[in-house]
Amino acid sequence: MSRRSVATLLTAGAAVALAGCTSTAPPAAPPAGGASAAAGGPITVQAADTACQVSAPEAPAGTITFNVTNGGNKVTEFYLYGTGDRIMGEVENIGPGLTRQLIVEVPDGGTYTTACKPGMIGDGIRAPFNVTGDAARSVDTNTKLAEATAGYKRYTTSQVEALVPKTQEFVDAVKAGNVDQAKSLFPVARTYWERIEPVAESFGDIDPRIDGREDDERDPGATFTGYHRLEKDLWVDGLQADSGQVADQLMTDIKDLQARVATVELTPVQMANGAKELLDEVATGKITGEEDRYSHTDLWDFKANVEGSQGAVAALRPVIDEKDPTLGPVLDERFAAVEALLENYRVGDGFRSYTDLTEDDIKKMTEAVDALSEPVSQVAGVVTS
Amino acid sequence: MSGGISRRRLLGWTGAGAAVAGVGAVSGYTLGRSEPDVASPGYDIVDFRGTYQAGIATPSQNELYFTALDLTSTGKASVQRMLSQWTTAAERMTRGLETAENGALPRNPEAAPADTGETLDLPASSLTVTIGFGSTFFDKLGIPERRPAELADLPGFAGDRLEPARSGGDICIQACANDPQVAVHAVRNLVRIGFGTTAVRWAQLGYGRTSSTSTQQPTARNLFGFKDGTNNLKAEEPDLLDEHVWVQGGDGPDWMTGGTYLVARRIRMHIETWDRTSLNEQETVIGRTKGSGAPLGGTGEFEPANFAAIDANGTPVIPASSHVRLASAESLNGVKILRRGFNFVDGSDDRGHLNAGLFFICFVRNPHTQFVPMQRALAANDRLMDYIQHTGSAVFACPPGVAEGEYWGQRLLEDAV
Repeated sequence: MSRRSVATLLTAGAAVALAGCTSTAPPAAPPAGGASAAAGGPITVQAADTACQVSAPEAPAGTITFNVTNGGNKVTEFYLYGTGDRIMGEVENIGPGLTRQLIVEVPDGGTYTTACKPGMIGDGIRAPFNVTGDAARSVDTNTKLAEATAGYKRYTTSQVEALVPKTQEFVDAVKAGNVDQAKSLFPVARTYWERIEPVAESFGDIDPRIDGREDDERDPGATFTGYHRLEKDLWVDGLQADSGQVADQLMTDIKDLQARVATVELTPVQMANGAKELLDEVATGKITGEEDRYSHTDLWDFKANVEGSQGAVAALRPVIDEKDPTLGPVLDERFAAVEALLENYRVGDGFRSYTDLTEDDIKKMTEAVDALSEPVSQVAGVVTS
Repeated sequence: MSGGISRRRLLGWTGAGAAVAGVGAVSGYTLGRSEPDVASPGYDIVDFRGTYQAGIATPSQNELYFTALDLTSTGKASVQRMLSQWTTAAERMTRGLETAENGALPRNPEAAPADTGETLDLPASSLTVTIGFGSTFFDKLGIPERRPAELADLPGFAGDRLEPARSGGDICIQACANDPQVAVHAVRNLVRIGFGTTAVRWAQLGYGRTSSTSTQQPTARNLFGFKDGTNNLKAEEPDLLDEHVWVQGGDGPDWMTGGTYLVARRIRMHIETWDRTSLNEQETVIGRTKGSGAPLGGTGEFEPANFAAIDANGTPVIPASSHVRLASAESLNGVKILRRGFNFVDGSDDRGHLNAGLFFICFVRNPHTQFVPMQRALAANDRLMDYIQHTGSAVFACPPGVAEGEYWGQRLLEDAV
């Protein structure tokens, strides 16, 4: 994906939302309209393993700040969703006892949804959240497109912010020789990778090192490295003399990715095509059991690809709704159908092994992904129409 | 795009010359034969709308792509929407057009093409698209009271080895054309429109019609090398079609009046053993001569078989266990069927034998009084059964023709409350 073709849509710099630890997050820029910035002060969220207490059910349009405290025992996430689960803002990977801040700009009044996700799975503990009034701004298509790209940027940033520490945990476990721990962390760390894979793949040199397969053709001198090399060590060969070195290299590459993602700007077309490509990945890599051929954790990746696709589509949703009001409800229905199907294969916080799937299971998954991929393939044409 | 010839433009300039082009193609194909083959490759357009669905009594084209689909959505509205979209797309395709205006080459290059494009330079090729509803369709949509009694399951027949993955289905699409690319394109695009509402259960590519459905067509040969379906019902016999094929008012539910029942059987042929069989044995098994197709003891293909004839030893000239005798109306109390069969070759099996045979399709007014007694007689006594095996089976209720402004199956779905 070219980075040159972008930027023009972002000149307005309209939407700014920052997710992350308050200690590391850059300062929040005021929204373009500036009308109701910081109105009402921060809303507190008490997240527990079975509850999600939001201190106020509504806030005025503009910049809304949530202080999320995890009082439970599971790692949690907090989301603010718009229509079609469009992610307005989110904080991921909030460990027990930690407080993190979500600053999100919501220019349009309406009904939104808050959600805590203890254990980082499922739809989470949800509640309606009302945004009153409208922040002053122009809402022409270019503005919506700019907001869409900014929204997706928030999404990819939040995923990378979770990918780095999770991969670090995985790498640490490999280097410490904790095979069981490393095995359990492998599909979790990959989840954040798989959600944003098209973005990562846009850096041509980095993807083969992080996600290459043993039988890929490589440049002379390049070797089999990354997640799948460690997967093979953990599940098949046992840890090797150079496993620690491969793990260190993976971490270096992931941090490199993080630095590059901070600079990349995707166009609406790239986002839409990325959403489609993630489903193509499911069809060719996950449903076939090709990707995670040693660990058979393909369904984790399947889920993450679908979530990543939904993230990109949701960011584009206001533009889709403006151009073709019939498409959004179909997308909602088909995403929901795939997620419902995958839930049948859930085991605890994870999924059934690919090797335990029957031909009938695989056919059902193929049908659901076909059903979803057709409307998703229309998004690029619709947002550029 | 500017340099290419669009499918529409091609048709524009061939429109007037269509008949000429058709004749030209025909004369090449039928060189040395007495009858012209009206369904040879050409530019013919078969009307999509009419009293009856096209593709049933239409002179049989040479190529088939048949698919059976299962509903993945049981919402009536989504099925209606799909059938309506199918109708629009199919009608356009039968006229040699893309599924939608500028479908293959959308003006917006960021859009995925609505039409898959592989027929852009091809003529209509006599494409017909015919649909039918299986018994399970009515259960899944919650309208079992609309199901015709004629859709009751077929009984098992001796020697059947039916594979579930090649049998049944909620909806069928039969696409026939004189170009396989055109037939596959039609099904492929309807399947794509159906994603989310239907999913393919099984499909069969057929080539080389093994039945003539018009007196204008020569009888073709099946993969055993014999002329097949000589005594088939023909499009030129409207009274017989009313009697044996078209559902008449009062036969069953009103929505089926003018429709018909499609029975599909995938018949695997044991090619290698057949090929080692003597000519005499082959002719005895079939009951016809291999060369002319005349009934044994006769001289011309269309000469009526003399089932009473006995040879000097007092045995029937046309053996009691021969295919032609067992399948004849004379043996079956006057039962006739309209056949529309095609050869198939699905490559080789894992033992290196040709995975080939005949994809049998017939249209009947009632499967249980026409197809069932015929197949029961054949399965029990036909010596041909030593060389064939039925591996797939399905029955579908094909609704009547689509009137102007209607969509496929509208009379079934809109009267249903």
